[in-house]
Amino acid sequence: MDKTVNQKAWFLVLPVLILVAFSAVIPLMTVVNYSVQDTFGDNVFFWAGLEWFEQMLRDDRMWDALGRQLLFSGIILLIQIPLGVFVALNMPKRGFWASFCLVVMSLPLLIPWNVVGTIWQIFGRVDIGLLGYTLDALGIDYNYTSDPLAAWITIIVMDVWHWTSLVALLAYAGLQSIPDAYYQAAKIDQASRWKVFRYIELPKMMGVLMIAILLRFMDSFMIYTEPFVVTGGGPGSVTTLLSIDLVKMALGQFDLGPAAAFSIMYFLVILLISWVFYTVMTNLDKRDG
Amino acid sequence: MAKITLDNLAHSYLPNPGSEDDYALKELNHDWEDGAAYALLGSSGCGKSTLLNIISGLLQPSQGRILFDGQDVTHAPTAERNIAQVFQFPVVYDTMTVRDNLAFPLRNRGRDEAYVAARVAEIAAMIGMEEMLNRKARGLTADAKQKISLGRGMVRQDVNALLFDEPLTVIDPHMKWELRTQLKSLHHQFGHTMIYVTHDQTEALTFADKVVVMYDGRVVQIGTPDELFQRPEHTFVGYFIGSPGMNVIPAKVEGNRAYVDGVEIALGHGYGPLEGKVELGVRPEYARLSRDRGLPVTVRRVEDVGRHKIIRAEFFGHDINIIAGEDDAVGADMTRVTFDPERINVYANDWRVTPQHTARGEAA
Repeated sequence: MDKTVNQKAWFLVLPVLILVAFSAVIPLMTVVNYSVQDTFGDNVFFWAGLEWFEQMLRDDRMWDALGRQLLFSGIILLIQIPLGVFVALNMPKRGFWASFCLVVMSLPLLIPWNVVGTIWQIFGRVDIGLLGYTLDALGIDYNYTSDPLAAWITIIVMDVWHWTSLVALLAYAGLQSIPDAYYQAAKIDQASRWKVFRYIELPKMMGVLMIAILLRFMDSFMIYTEPFVVTGGGPGSVTTLLSIDLVKMALGQFDLGPAAAFSIMYFLVILLISWVFYTVMTNLDKRDG
Repeated sequence: MAKITLDNLAHSYLPNPGSEDDYALKELNHDWEDGAAYALLGSSGCGKSTLLNIISGLLQPSQGRILFDGQDVTHAPTAERNIAQVFQFPVVYDTMTVRDNLAFPLRNRGRDEAYVAARVAEIAAMIGMEEMLNRKARGLTADAKQKISLGRGMVRQDVNALLFDEPLTVIDPHMKWELRTQLKSLHHQFGHTMIYVTHDQTEALTFADKVVVMYDGRVVQIGTPDELFQRPEHTFVGYFIGSPGMNVIPAKVEGNRAYVDGVEIALGHGYGPLEGKVELGVRPEYARLSRDRGLPVTVRRVEDVGRHKIIRAEFFGHDINIIAGEDDAVGADMTRVTFDPERINVYANDWRVTPQHTARGEAA
């Protein structure tokens, strides 16, 4: 089919371009501005070129944070996606209990992030927290303020508690869109439960699962509030994820130049990973189709 | 292959059905003979699919029993009944190839690969999809997907019955004929008991040895296409089968005479005293427009459908249809209608009344 060329169509996207310019591009440009300049105060800036970028790339600090960040996102995806699908598969399909489950599962999603952090911060405390106290009473050595493993387990369990519902709700929506005839045909064809999942439910959920993975990846990669409230990045810096590190650098140490360079690279990494992910998924889709 | 017996079967989707209206399927006793091809015909929502799903075990009936060759399977799961069913909308396993789709029911039952390959090849030839066997099912057209569904339904040779739930709805017309013909030849070849649900009378009449007409959760008539046409047992059958359907005219019947608005119409048979709502049923094929004979009629419209003409007319305030031959002239002066007395059926409260034998002598 021939495509009609009509340059006037650009005017139709103009409002969006303006909106995006003000909400994203212009703020981003100020960061770019900081990243290539240096200052000694008094709002006087000097051109620094790519110096900050070079410095950051040579600095182990950022690479360590990136490593921790990838580990964190990887672990929570490996837990939340299968768990979310499992929960969705076991939810009632209709009736009162379906609505009940939906409401209960939405609750963690509605809690402000710093409150989530506070809840777990207190929950895990050995002196007054239910979880910490119980574990301590059972003789398990658990202290997220001093033990790196305990700190990691705490922030991972917290994230799983907070966000698995989102994956479950998306997967549930995918499951609900499967017509009954598919299940009936599977019964007639004598398909096992596993085959029903593998050949009917999973393919039909694939679209929403991709969205779930992408959302959970991006969100977890940018996570700040909850782990900051619980561990503050500690003990030491074992739970200092990228954005916690960035805030420490930008606001704690007021190293604007390096922090700006850090921000831009952070942004580019997210963009890159999301793009790779998206491309791989759409290609898989095309290959199947 | 099996004889399927429905014994006092009824179903309601409500947990505590009270009146008869609560039942989607009203009490039913019927034997589906082994190896016969049935069509289950009726308008949407009349309980056809409910009945089909009860037979295949996807639905548990509220009351009554289902027997396969005398064995009670009412509460047996679908898998145990060994039934094949094809649904209205295509169900394919998207991520599998066409070949794997067709092989799926056989592999799930643990048949050996050589047998599976042979059956798949045979079925693929039948549905004309040999070329596409290695393609993924996902990107195919609705047509092709439904052919796969049909193929999956037919791939097992040992099924007790093959059930079709309006399977050709999404297929285009010329392919419909072809597939229906193939289904029929398959039936002749293997003698499976087949039940074919449809609301398309042509489909029902061409497919089946016997047509089961359902109306409002009830089976109103079971018969050959000819019986349904000549002697509809219920006004619904008369109206539903035929294009246009049977003319139904309120009348008074006394012996072998009927009166519409006081005007006499001769009947081919005599009838005893009738109660309730009495109506005459005449197929448009047995009404004839004329200049000088019969009763007055006002022609409203003439539709030429190619092989014949359909005349829409008003007869004592009732809309009736008359079919005239393609070459018959319909003039403005043709204001009278005659009915073939032998072909008039009499209905009381929508059910056909059997004529009295003795009345025949009087009528002569």
